[in-house]
Amino acid sequence: MNFFSVGFRTLFYKEILRFWKVATQTVAAPIVTSMLYLLIFGHVLEGKVEMLEGVNYTAFLIPGLVMMSVLQNAFANSSSSLIQSKITGNLVFILLPPLSHWEIVSAYVAASIVRGIAVGLGVFIITAWFAHLSFVAPLWIVVFAILGAAILGTMGVIAGIWAEKFDQLAAFQNFLIMPATFLAGVFYSIQKLPPFWLAVSHFNPFFYMIDGFRYGFFGKSDVSPWTSLAIVAVFFVVLAAVAINMLRRGYKLRH
Amino acid sequence: MTAIQIDRVEKSYKGFKALKGVSLSIEQGEFFGLLGPNGAGKTTLISTIAGLIRPDVGSVRIHGHDVVTDQRQARMKLGVVPQELVFDPFFTVRETLRLQSGYFGLKNNDKWIDEVMENLDLTTKADVNMRALSGGMKRRVLVAQALVHKPPVIVLDEPTAGVDVELRQTLWKFISRLNREGHTVVLTTHYLEEAQAMCQRVAMLKSGNVVALDTMSQLLRRVSGSSLVVHLKHGTLPEGLRHLVAHNEHDEGANNGGNKVTLRVNDYNEVEGILARLRESGAEIDEMQLQQADLEDIFLQIMDGAPVR
Repeated sequence: MNFFSVGFRTLFYKEILRFWKVATQTVAAPIVTSMLYLLIFGHVLEGKVEMLEGVNYTAFLIPGLVMMSVLQNAFANSSSSLIQSKITGNLVFILLPPLSHWEIVSAYVAASIVRGIAVGLGVFIITAWFAHLSFVAPLWIVVFAILGAAILGTMGVIAGIWAEKFDQLAAFQNFLIMPATFLAGVFYSIQKLPPFWLAVSHFNPFFYMIDGFRYGFFGKSDVSPWTSLAIVAVFFVVLAAVAINMLRRGYKLRH
Repeated sequence: MTAIQIDRVEKSYKGFKALKGVSLSIEQGEFFGLLGPNGAGKTTLISTIAGLIRPDVGSVRIHGHDVVTDQRQARMKLGVVPQELVFDPFFTVRETLRLQSGYFGLKNNDKWIDEVMENLDLTTKADVNMRALSGGMKRRVLVAQALVHKPPVIVLDEPTAGVDVELRQTLWKFISRLNREGHTVVLTTHYLEEAQAMCQRVAMLKSGNVVALDTMSQLLRRVSGSSLVVHLKHGTLPEGLRHLVAHNEHDEGANNGGNKVTLRVNDYNEVEGILARLRESGAEIDEMQLQQADLEDIFLQIMDGAPVR
């Protein structure tokens, strides 16, 4: 495995170039969407609810929105690239050369991290003007942003390989990624939920990504950041193993 | 040295057997033709060589490297021009070729990329987005992509399908040059005159089996006969000559357009006898041509299951 091989770097560069050439759609549009979430939810709920002690709602919401943007865009990058290449047939340009399974998965995931972080940073820069944010533990912010993007980028690889048409990918996104993200505490603290849904939330890995990320800002979280880190890291390793195994077996790629 | 070694390859799709134990050996430097009708298994075999399809049984080796167990080395040796006109709409021609070089581990490959583009008349389109190219130009880029890493084995899956004469000539000139320089070329095409002009050796596939494998000269020799094409002004073909009607005209009732008939002639001396029989039957000849047998005749005979002499 050589993460810095010419093959890996080329595929990584190609994936960056691909989303950058349509940056209005892939970077600017999600930033505007997050801005709208902040304006609507922040305006309606500011001063009426307190999710974390001593933290106003808009400040609480901003890390959630940033992380949601990171996760959704990381997923969109790898999944849309793969499904488009499969449907148009140009995936053959990746399958014919001597690229290893590691190189393919790591290049797609690394490019997803870049897009996720780029959009997340854009959302942060625009929304940070609306509230006073602290940075109690910036390393946790970086760690959870990168790990979260890596997980969703890997899920994008899995979904992109599995889906045979856009419809199936949309189902994956709308029935799995979106609910898991929205129910992970982007807009609220899970401590505000009834006991049943509080317990269910602990089975949602997305919750740990967002909770750990938010801890980096406020030093407060629903669960320990170390617990979140352990769960998120294990989740990533499992997903990466699944993605690499799909490529190794040629699942839906090499018949 | 053996460039491609195919041993007893079998492949099935949901009960349909696309390849039924195909074995072939293609030597380094050969210009090899893989011919067959639609559905014969040509593209399945090429996809197996390219590692895009994994055989159920058997093995394929490129320069000694198994395409499944030693895929990195095998793929380094191989350049494949796919049949479908596929492209990545995000990139220009030069970006496409640089990316493809990178996938093969090549940095700073611009000198060769420029040469390939020049030889395929792509230089003026280097900075044009792939979406803006015509079908023929996209086909040229596909060929260029297969050649960016100077593979010793080049596989062309119907590279001239639907393209103009200019591209065909440009392409064959460049591919012939690469073949002269030692590159092995495997070609599938429905244009049999191209195969006859370019290929030194030919395999014919039918229903997943190799039904003929020989050098071009041997194959042409196997059909020693010629064709006598006769346009009759008056009268019909006498019964005694009907057994000579070319097999591919039987379905058309021996008469094409009512007064044209093609007869198989194994020896030029037979022509005199045929003409005499026609005269005796009262038929009057309007026009007549003696045509040498070509690859198409052989192909049709083999595919129709007719005996090849």
